[in-house]
Amino acid sequence: MSAQQIIFDGVSKFYGEVLGVNRISLSIGPGITSLVGPNGSGKTTLMNLMTGLLWPTKGTVRVLGVEASQAEEFYRLVGYCSQFDAFPKGLSGYDLIHSMLGVHGYSAADAEELTWKAIDRVNMRDAAKRRVAGYSKGMRQRIKLALAICHQPRVLVLDEPLNGLDPMARAEVIALFEQFAADSFYIIISSHILHEVDMISDKVVILSNGYVVAEGDIQGVRSEMEDHPMQIFIRCDQPSVIASRVFQQDHVVEVKIHQDGQGLLVSTRNADQFYLLLNRIVLENQLSVEAIAPADENVHSVYQYLIGSNGGTT
Amino acid sequence: MNFQLWSRQIDSIIRLELKKYVFARRWLGVYLLGLAPILLFGVRMSFFNRRQLLETVYATFFQFYLLRFAIFFGCFQIFTQLFRGEILEKTLHYYLLAPVRREVLAAGKFLAGLIAGTAVFGGSTVATYLLAFASTGWGDQGLQHLAQYIVVVMLACLGYGAVFMLTALLFKNPKGPAMLLLGWEWLNFFLPAFLQKFSIVHYLQSICPVSVSRGPLAVITAPTSAWYSVPGLLLLTAMILAVTSFMIRRVEVTYSAD
Repeated sequence: MSAQQIIFDGVSKFYGEVLGVNRISLSIGPGITSLVGPNGSGKTTLMNLMTGLLWPTKGTVRVLGVEASQAEEFYRLVGYCSQFDAFPKGLSGYDLIHSMLGVHGYSAADAEELTWKAIDRVNMRDAAKRRVAGYSKGMRQRIKLALAICHQPRVLVLDEPLNGLDPMARAEVIALFEQFAADSFYIIISSHILHEVDMISDKVVILSNGYVVAEGDIQGVRSEMEDHPMQIFIRCDQPSVIASRVFQQDHVVEVKIHQDGQGLLVSTRNADQFYLLLNRIVLENQLSVEAIAPADENVHSVYQYLIGSNGGTT
Repeated sequence: MNFQLWSRQIDSIIRLELKKYVFARRWLGVYLLGLAPILLFGVRMSFFNRRQLLETVYATFFQFYLLRFAIFFGCFQIFTQLFRGEILEKTLHYYLLAPVRREVLAAGKFLAGLIAGTAVFGGSTVATYLLAFASTGWGDQGLQHLAQYIVVVMLACLGYGAVFMLTALLFKNPKGPAMLLLGWEWLNFFLPAFLQKFSIVHYLQSICPVSVSRGPLAVITAPTSAWYSVPGLLLLTAMILAVTSFMIRRVEVTYSAD
């Protein structure tokens, strides 16, 4: 089982006396997992530990059963698009990827084929032979991404991979991640763009001050946050009927009728009971319901509840 | 043990290192150190028209300029760049994220530095030697002397290169330790015979084909035989590289702290 997971087992990392991350025990499976947290929460430290750029002060990190000290095996499994924006001087994007594939041990012909494949995946063919020093931020980001995927790793770790990309490129890159995830790859992303994280993640890991404060699929995380009543939005023709009935329930803490009179927002401590009651009300009163949706079952809300800010500074 | 893979990886590392540095501005100083004496010899070495005198002049130039100055500083510039330069430029992680054993990485980088250093200073030695003896002819032992000088250049690049590569890993600013080493190497001939043996330059001088006067204050010691000097320098290099490999295994990427 551990050979199919990325496992952090009691991992702590201290920079001298400064805490990086503390007592992290995590198990990450295939699909897209997002790391979310404010600046300094330990996202990059966690990614650097996962990719062997840092060694844990305590604990162990294993990626599909392999430790980073077994470099020859480990780095065939892992590709990392880091936040570092520096490149070796004097090289073109093509040179960089081709040379690094040589360092991997590929023959010149194989390296050339893989280089062009990776470059094509990030749409950089036209600029590939130009020096990286002349690239825009978005181009540098894409060439880093190409470098991370060029050896076709099973685990892709991406630190703020959407930074500097225009909306078109963002959509393309997100589609690429989704394609990888569908092929049972392991994608670990840190991003401060919460609505995009929400859109693409199968699982989130929320970090604060070096600790994991929540992990799992977003619905699961949200349902465990009992301190914060669940908000449910209902679009219907007679919201006042529903409001008057649900307000009598102990688990309902707040009801707001929408300004246009065609919907209401209910805050409840027991979503399951609420849904049962709602079904009854709708049937008994022959109401016409257009939509029912949780209003705060997303990364943004969970982040707000747990971290206490709106996520703009992550 | 996958020697075939390691040799392919070392070959790629050498190529990449040379591609990055050969035409880079940061190596301008290295090229100047190598080229300057060629120009000097080209202009005025025919002034010494007695071969024996010329041999002494050339040996003095070789031991004091090339060995103690040009190769020393050239190797400092080349070998400290290999890791410390990459840490400062925040590009070391590209190598550390490749499926290459860190010992192999250290070996590849060291060989790249050695090739570059030997090419620049070996080339400089050949060119200056040819220019120096152009007017008088090489004599019977000319070729042998030249070959010995080239071996000394290679061993100097090996020894100083290994020291500077390690120094750059141990110290954030390797200039201080390098200056100490420079002082030790320059003052070497004033030291008691026993202490003279704790320097690289002592063994390099021992292999040089022509000995030179080191002034009235120098403590005269017998040169160490080439049979000890060459293996001794190779062993020293191997030991330093082993320590470097051990250290590079624990290197972390914390650029902001470096």
